[in-house]
Amino acid sequence: MTGKPDLLSLNALAVARGGVPVLEGVSFNLSAGDLLILRGPNGIGKTTLLRTIAGLQAPLAGRVSCVPEAIAYAAHADGLKSTLTVAENLRFWAAIHGTAGIDAALEGMNLTALAGRMAANLSAGQKRRLGLARLLVTGRPVWALDEPTVSLDRASVALFGRAVAAHLAQGGAAVIATHVDLGLDDAQVLDLAPFRAFSPAEGGRSTAFEGDFGGAFL
Amino acid sequence: MIALLLRDLRLSVRSGGGFGLGLAFFLLVATLVPFGVGAEAAVLSRIASGILWVGALLACLLSLDRIFALDHEDGSLDLLATAPIPLEGVAAVKAAAHWIVTGLPLTLIAPVLGVLLSLPGAGYAPLVLSLLLGTPALSAIGTFGAALTVGVRRGGLLMSLLVLPLYVPTLIFGAEVARRGAAGLDNSTALLMLGGITAGTMALLPFASAAAIRAGLR
Amino acid sequence: MSIWEYANPKRFMQTSGALLPWVSIAAVILTVAGLVWGFFFTPDDYRQGSTVKIIYLHVPSAMMAINIWIMMLVTSIIWLVRRHHVSALAAKAAAPIGLTMTLIALVTGAFWGQPMWGTWWAWDPRLTAFLILFLFYLGYIALWEAIESPDGAADLTSILCIVGSVFALLSRYAVLFWNQGLHQGASLSMDKREHVADVFWLPLLVSIAGFVLGFVALMLLRTRTEIRSRRLRALEARERMS
Repeated sequence: MTGKPDLLSLNALAVARGGVPVLEGVSFNLSAGDLLILRGPNGIGKTTLLRTIAGLQAPLAGRVSCVPEAIAYAAHADGLKSTLTVAENLRFWAAIHGTAGIDAALEGMNLTALAGRMAANLSAGQKRRLGLARLLVTGRPVWALDEPTVSLDRASVALFGRAVAAHLAQGGAAVIATHVDLGLDDAQVLDLAPFRAFSPAEGGRSTAFEGDFGGAFL
Repeated sequence: MIALLLRDLRLSVRSGGGFGLGLAFFLLVATLVPFGVGAEAAVLSRIASGILWVGALLACLLSLDRIFALDHEDGSLDLLATAPIPLEGVAAVKAAAHWIVTGLPLTLIAPVLGVLLSLPGAGYAPLVLSLLLGTPALSAIGTFGAALTVGVRRGGLLMSLLVLPLYVPTLIFGAEVARRGAAGLDNSTALLMLGGITAGTMALLPFASAAAIRAGLR
Repeated sequence: MSIWEYANPKRFMQTSGALLPWVSIAAVILTVAGLVWGFFFTPDDYRQGSTVKIIYLHVPSAMMAINIWIMMLVTSIIWLVRRHHVSALAAKAAAPIGLTMTLIALVTGAFWGQPMWGTWWAWDPRLTAFLILFLFYLGYIALWEAIESPDGAADLTSILCIVGSVFALLSRYAVLFWNQGLHQGASLSMDKREHVADVFWLPLLVSIAGFVLGFVALMLLRTRTEIRSRRLRALEARERMS
């Protein structure tokens, strides 16, 4: 991991939501130990950007380059099955990612006591913790997280902050869209507002519109 | 991939509905047909294999929309798409899991329903053989239909419209195997064609399904 | 100059706009000429009487029903490979025309079949194959309607079109097999080429040409409409942003 200077780099990335360009010209590099917090008003395209980084969506323009299979993505939906126990849920994701052992992840998210409980019987905050514990079993270096602290109480936010810090200390990196202070000092903050895609008529950069479907007709 | 198969099987066992519902529907079809066409054994025995094939096909259709819809709702599908296993593999495993919880039980219960519909004695072996050979194709095609409609809200009806025309060749050859077998005729051509369809759909359709999921998640 | 230049919507709009009136006029002239010639200036068939004249509607529409699907298959592949939006929109525009052609072929077939075979419908392999084609068109159109994201819909319908083509072909042969299996050799043959003499053949050709041009005109018109509605969408999106 440390051999590569950049774990993730975005180069003049433009993304669209529902065919409408929302962000353009987003560039940054993340190397081991870096944490990037994405800020910006609702609807600016934080989720879209993170989905593009995760490879779920194709960029409109620009490039996302990273080590293959480096991204662990987590969004609003935790991907939990309510009829499986906490341990079964985690074990499944560990098996999918070919990593062994879920104990550390259970420990890290303070879920050990709940391991045998059905996910259906967890509170919203506990579910969230389980969803975040999934990140620990992926064994992937770059975390791309979309509002990870939703429905977490203050103690759990601190717990999550420590988990992120531990991940960074192990040579990982993270890009997190959140408005909550995670208690991490060395985080870089990227405000997305300046990258909002404008139409050329408004004097905006035209790159996003040229590649866009609608742009072909205008 | 085995982990995914085991998870899907465990989920369908725990949630209960999936298993029994298709079988109950199949039983209902076999019960209702005599009310519709009359209880004469001569009439019933002639159409029994065809009715059972159509019934099995419709019972298969019932549970198709659960294949991807549940995983899409809770975010698992996004996470699976970013996981190290290829989406083609996910689609193939989903089809296999669907067959194990739907196609296989339907095949096993079909002879019992054959008794209800006075299927001639010679018809049992070809019926079971044709269903055993044909239902995997139904699951593979159905998985493709489910993949096409994964992003569509309440896509169940639409999926039936897409999947049923695709079922035509499988139904024709499958029912032909059973019918000719029951009539004591040579059914080897139909059997070979049915096997060919099943082999072809199982080998190729996961690629189409994966492409459809990728497009649907975007 | 390569054909791919028409992949640019602007370019396509210019050229198709210039072409459309001429194609439309030619289509109307040829179709009317073919049908009038066929209906009123050909002798009655010695066996089938005047009912044979329905071939001037039936055969062209049946041909178009299949050819339009093939055209949709080609444009779908072009969309998936080269991502030309006009291509995907042309496929979308063609589908309802294909559906209508299939319906015309089925209905005229029923009208023809009734006096000839004494039944409106028989599970003849060819009739059945057209019924299945009709269902494929329905599913294809329904999928376009159901998906909100335009590019996503184009992707998914293209995939459906390719897979559907394979299954449609498979169904065609399966139906052939099934019917023979049922009837021990088809008793109702729809193969009419061998019965068609030159007197009937020439107006049929004119009529077919009329149908082809008619399809081209409708397809251009509908594609232009689709492009305009996309342009509207893009303008609205821009409006929302500012």
